[in-house]
Amino acid sequence: MPPPADTARAPAPAAGIAEAHRPGRNVGDRAWSVALHAFGGAVLVVAGLIVLSLYDLARPLAGKISIGRFLLGSDWDPVAESFGALPFAYGTLVTSAVGIAVALPVSVGLAVFLVEMGPPRLRPLVSFLIETLAAIPSVVYGLWGLFVLVPWLRTTVEPALGSALGFLPLFRGPPIGLGFLAAGLILAVMILPTIASVTIEVLKTTPPSLREGALALGATRWEAIRMAVLPYGRAGIVGAALLGLGRALGETMAVTMVIGNSPEIHASLFAPGYSLPSVIANEFAEATGGVHLAALAGLGLVLFGLTIALNAAARMMVGAIKAAAGGRAA
Amino acid sequence: MSALGLRRAVDVGMTALAGSAVLLALVPLASVLWLVVSKGAAGLSVAFFTHLPTPVGEPGGGVGNAILGTLYMVGLACLLGLPVGIGAGVFLAERGDGRLGRGVRFVTDVLAGVPSIVVGIVAYGLVVVPMKRFSALAGAFSLALLMIPTLARGSEELVRLVPGALREASLALGVPEWKTSLRVVLRTALGGIVTAVLLAVARAAGETAPLLFTALNNQYWSLRPDQPMASLTVQIFNYAISPYEDWHQKAWTAALVLLMLVGLLNLLARALTRSGLGGRR
Repeated sequence: MPPPADTARAPAPAAGIAEAHRPGRNVGDRAWSVALHAFGGAVLVVAGLIVLSLYDLARPLAGKISIGRFLLGSDWDPVAESFGALPFAYGTLVTSAVGIAVALPVSVGLAVFLVEMGPPRLRPLVSFLIETLAAIPSVVYGLWGLFVLVPWLRTTVEPALGSALGFLPLFRGPPIGLGFLAAGLILAVMILPTIASVTIEVLKTTPPSLREGALALGATRWEAIRMAVLPYGRAGIVGAALLGLGRALGETMAVTMVIGNSPEIHASLFAPGYSLPSVIANEFAEATGGVHLAALAGLGLVLFGLTIALNAAARMMVGAIKAAAGGRAA
Repeated sequence: MSALGLRRAVDVGMTALAGSAVLLALVPLASVLWLVVSKGAAGLSVAFFTHLPTPVGEPGGGVGNAILGTLYMVGLACLLGLPVGIGAGVFLAERGDGRLGRGVRFVTDVLAGVPSIVVGIVAYGLVVVPMKRFSALAGAFSLALLMIPTLARGSEELVRLVPGALREASLALGVPEWKTSLRVVLRTALGGIVTAVLLAVARAAGETAPLLFTALNNQYWSLRPDQPMASLTVQIFNYAISPYEDWHQKAWTAALVLLMLVGLLNLLARALTRSGLGGRR
């Protein structure tokens, strides 16, 4: 039996009313129902077209290169028709990992401060600013990254990191500016709004009794957050991070402008690399032949599969938290 | 007592840390906005809005055709995407509780996460390949595909916000269901849906990746949907990655124009919400 909250959310059980009126159901109602279902079905058709079109474009690849060779090969030479996706997949994963590693703590800190600590009247202002951050187009971030972030990394951050943490392979090598670190930091800025806003929503669903219980037992405010609020929202915060990761994997323009665009695998974050979306953006319009185009579409298919899996997982995690909160409120 | 003191110190420390996270998150925003405004303003002139791009080294010139191209393609994308997006949203709100509805909702959520570059490939396969040329239509098609999922979930939420009593009152008066949906429920939600459309348009205007190999670019004025077309975003990209100082300046100015356009749309949406016409939140 559905909880009563459901009736509040879906104001009218329209189908039920239509049932009751079945004898008098007129042509207009029937046409309206058909039209609505057609619109709903159109979304499914669009999704089907997306998958079919990607598959169709990537198909010429099938006879040329085995799937294993395509996914795990590390050379990319359109002239020799040799296509390996590994350097791009590596670049995408490394830059996304840097992005999450930077954005997640900042987002959670921001959300905890807004929901649990700071003055409530700060919330709308910061929410507005976060929305503004999300509204800035990707190419503008790329422009900023190329002319502000990259020079700053080259002259200040990378030399400092190199001399302080140079014993780690991550921070070795000449400070170029363009590279994994620059792309990762840009991604951190761009996915922060996603992670922060979802985390704020998740933290808001914490039942007050949990927090109050911890405080009543003598916990300080931080201890209540650490022992009651954060564990309760953990699945939702993981979901927020996955949503952010999904955005980071597919982000194209800003990364293309600062990653350096060289299909190599380096352990150092200072080195230039490449990513799945970037190589598609740079080479697709000038693809040299059918196989090259098919290889790029194949990369698109890989990217599509990755983001779909991530988003489905993330929605389930965030959805579970919200459903739990909704059920309790009823 | 010292244990308690330590715990209190940790509490204060963590509060400070969380507070500084708020400030840290806002540093890039301040930096981006300040630099785009301060660097971009230097190149603003009437000619920038009305003239064609000039070759390297030739002073003057503008991005008039790119501004027109962005508006043109976004407009065309609205023609293609709004009916499907809003229609799907109304379907989800009115008939979305069955199995088909749940399926459509899930697919819509998944589509919302598809990277825009992948949508560009799809538009290439579905429009550029059959037409055998890059075209504004292909660009608009990719933007429409990107608008559909956001619009669908946005309008679903807004239609569901319409109080059930309104619908029931209309039905009780003997108004048929379809008329109730169109004339009562949708009219009530209209302001909110306009807000959602404005936000979707703002997002589409800022897209670059799907246009790179669908609409391509064009150095001249063009209003033909079957020809390549310039856009503000692709122009910014091309100017930014060029090696010329003069073009970098134009990239900043074009970025300022783009931010003004996107900002204006967002402010309009916000004003609409605040005026009470929009039903958001």
